[in-house]
Amino acid sequence: MTATTALPAPRRPRWPAPARVGLYVFLATAAFAFLLPLYVMVVTSIKPMDEIRLGNLFAWPVKVTLAPWAQAWTSACTGLACGGIRVGFMNSVAIVVPSTILSIALGALNGYALSFWRPRGAQAFFVVLLTGAFIPYQVMLFPLIRALAALGLFGTLPGVVLIHTLFGMPVMTLLFRNYYASVPHELFMAARIDGGGFWRIFVQLMLPMSLPIVVVAVIMQVTAIWNDFLVGLVFAGHDWLPMTVQLNNIINTTTGERLYNVNMAATLLTSLVPLAVYLVSGRWFVRGIAAGAVKG
Amino acid sequence: MSVPARRRSRSLAAAAALVPMAATVLLAYAGTMAWSVRVSFSGSRTLPVDDFVGLRQYARLFDSERWVLSMQNLAIFGVVFVLACLAVGFLLAVFIDQRVRGEGLLRTVFLYPYALSFVATGLVWQWVLNPELGLQASVRRLGFAGFTFDWIVRQDMAIYAVALAAVWQASGLVMALMLAGLRGIDESLWMAARIEGIPRWRVYLSIVLPMMGPSIGTAFVLLSVSVVKVFDVVVAMTQGGPGLASEVPAKFIIDNLLVRANIGLASAASTVLLLTVLALLAPWFHARAHASRRAGRAARASDPSEAAA
Repeated sequence: MTATTALPAPRRPRWPAPARVGLYVFLATAAFAFLLPLYVMVVTSIKPMDEIRLGNLFAWPVKVTLAPWAQAWTSACTGLACGGIRVGFMNSVAIVVPSTILSIALGALNGYALSFWRPRGAQAFFVVLLTGAFIPYQVMLFPLIRALAALGLFGTLPGVVLIHTLFGMPVMTLLFRNYYASVPHELFMAARIDGGGFWRIFVQLMLPMSLPIVVVAVIMQVTAIWNDFLVGLVFAGHDWLPMTVQLNNIINTTTGERLYNVNMAATLLTSLVPLAVYLVSGRWFVRGIAAGAVKG
Repeated sequence: MSVPARRRSRSLAAAAALVPMAATVLLAYAGTMAWSVRVSFSGSRTLPVDDFVGLRQYARLFDSERWVLSMQNLAIFGVVFVLACLAVGFLLAVFIDQRVRGEGLLRTVFLYPYALSFVATGLVWQWVLNPELGLQASVRRLGFAGFTFDWIVRQDMAIYAVALAAVWQASGLVMALMLAGLRGIDESLWMAARIEGIPRWRVYLSIVLPMMGPSIGTAFVLLSVSVVKVFDVVVAMTQGGPGLASEVPAKFIIDNLLVRANIGLASAASTVLLLTVLALLAPWFHARAHASRRAGRAARASDPSEAAA
């Protein structure tokens, strides 16, 4: 974008001044509307309940309190258990880390084999795999539950990780296949002539070259798996519920008075990881969208 | 001709490396789908049974008021969500593309909801739209006593409230895709339009919009896929209520699988959902295959080394 800005002549006619004001008014209004829910979340989470009961959603708290955050983290209740959302946080970390590593490793391996080695029939599998990316998970859930139960993996951490790896495979494979397609084939042929085998070329040549796309893949997978609800709800049993499922349980199954400030603090806590990934990664996040969009 | 021969002799490791992918495709994707379809023709309730009851589960399914409502809601949600996301996203992209100040900040603001989970999205909007303490109450306190915005508790409007939350979450995605498309448009178009004296809005509507076809198609497919999968945001925001007002098919299936022990019925429902997706995808796959065949021919024609290989 900097290149365009540096052009000497404006690339299109400037807007007349009143229209330009209108343009900024529109964009500012839109930005305000997009930010409003975030503002409401933050303000609600630092208000005492008696201020919330006055029914002024947007007012800055008279008395700022961090007690709802502490309560959300350590003692908010899901039904009978009152351990706060930190249990879910730990579970989500335990799920996200191995699932991300495993799905990226498999995606890279698949992409590499599909791009450079092209074993017979592999392309057909790949096409079916990609179609699978569009299929609603509901179609696969019950057989997968039965299969995991038969393997003794239902409700266990390895089971959840396995499901995330299976569901992440189409997009990850596509991502790496497209990336390796842009690598000059001569490079691969040279490595072959130098006597490199399948694994050696992968580990010593292709993987080190893949750093940019690995970063994109990590951003995509961490965000997607952290934000997942369905897989956690269905496959995690009672012991490995991720943060999103726990959050929903805290807010939607509470009996008695609803503590809106605690609820919003819990929602913000759950959103911190993907928001941090988004804010830190910037352009890379958008690259992930564009890469995922190739699927589309 | 010696190249393919050498390739094949060395590809044993490659074939072995692709075994996990093949197993995933055969077992986790194709196998599970086949199993679900099979179960949908059985009388299974709590556990799968091997009998064959024909289309009875499908008849039950379409007799169920909840399923019919779910499908209607899916249609309403799908149309509203996709059109609103495309319109909002395109507008935002066009306005950002006018060399505005603070472009980076604006892009960050419009895209951040996309980083949030659908669960968080649903919970925030449940709170904002809460009629007693949320937006409606606050605006009334400002002196607009007649202000009403109670979609989330109204039978006829709840699904639109869910769509509103989802549009907030996903329209930034469209903006990002469209902005990339707009940046790919040739500068000379604007020069030509200026020389011809064509008004800017006209250029956008009649020239730029058609040129953005591929970006719009991509956004459309991505949004459509999330429509069929819509589940989390409904569970978090309304739990399908009030009553059955915001039930969706994905939730119908989960409830019948996990809570109501109606496996046959749930499988019939998921088969219908699968067919819906395939029907939506078929024309698009066809168009893409057509386009890539054409592109492949063009590339081969212009690149002699590729043609020789």
